[in-house]
Amino acid sequence: MSWLHASTAFVAAFLASLVECVEALTIVLAVGTTRGWRPALLGAAASAIFLVILVAIFGPALGRVPITTLQLIVGILLLLFGIRWLRKAILRAARVIATHDEAKIYAEETALMRSAGGASTRAHFDTIAFLACFKAVTLEGLEVSFTVIAIGAGGSLLVASLGAALAAVLVIMLGFVLHRPLSRVPENTLKFTVGIMLTAFGIFWIGEGLALPWPGEDLALLAMIALLLLFSALAVRIARGRARTTAPS
Amino acid sequence: MNALRIALAELWGLFVEDATLTIGTLICVALAAFVIPRVVIGAQWRGPLFFLAIVVMLLENVYRGARRP
Repeated sequence: MSWLHASTAFVAAFLASLVECVEALTIVLAVGTTRGWRPALLGAAASAIFLVILVAIFGPALGRVPITTLQLIVGILLLLFGIRWLRKAILRAARVIATHDEAKIYAEETALMRSAGGASTRAHFDTIAFLACFKAVTLEGLEVSFTVIAIGAGGSLLVASLGAALAAVLVIMLGFVLHRPLSRVPENTLKFTVGIMLTAFGIFWIGEGLALPWPGEDLALLAMIALLLLFSALAVRIARGRARTTAPS
Repeated sequence: MNALRIALAELWGLFVEDATLTIGTLICVALAAFVIPRVVIGAQWRGPLFFLAIVVMLLENVYRGARRP
């Protein structure tokens, strides 16, 4: 594994995990402030344990799959996952679809939790709050786990895991300090960057799995990231123009 | 059972959102696996050609997706 591959894997895992952790934090904060911190944090902790068990079960099994088969399968999944993010980020940047708004999601979740009823008392455990946090952290955590495993499939699993862990620690610390959603995080820009990186990784792994040679080997990954950035900027312009010409007058 | 159905739907949603994008991506992969190795003479062009196919497919999808109803 080259330093180039390792550093790209680290940055991609860090940024992807940052986005997912910010989204999970918004829900945990909304639930915690309206229904109480005990069930909210217990839900988040139970989800973290559940995810660790899942990774412990499925992680070693991946080691038994032949490397080219693994690269092909992981590459296809990573490409489907990354290109979905990239398409959405392009359409958001072109203002064709609404941008992700953590403050709005926080307000909606807070209102939902307030209207749900049956809050925690000493005698009664708040199952709604527990499940809301468990579900949110599990869904975002599954995306983080998949991204880390997929990016690290070529031997950089430890580096990718470190990137994801750093993002999680950073978001948890900020959540503890600020006690409000991280609405100033430029989420669409992050998703744009991550979408480009995951798409490039996916294409690269598929190529490796199918034995398609890459000019410059690992350097091709950087070239693909740069080219995808250029083509995505072009796509934003195309989408803006298209939306303008087809808008009802 | 309901929770399992929800979990599977969420898992599916991670990879599939726009059906045409998913199908387009899989067609590009199939081209890279079965067509490109047979028709492209220079082996060094196979990877870049696959990359280009994905980019073209993405641009076309964005162009269609940006159409206001």
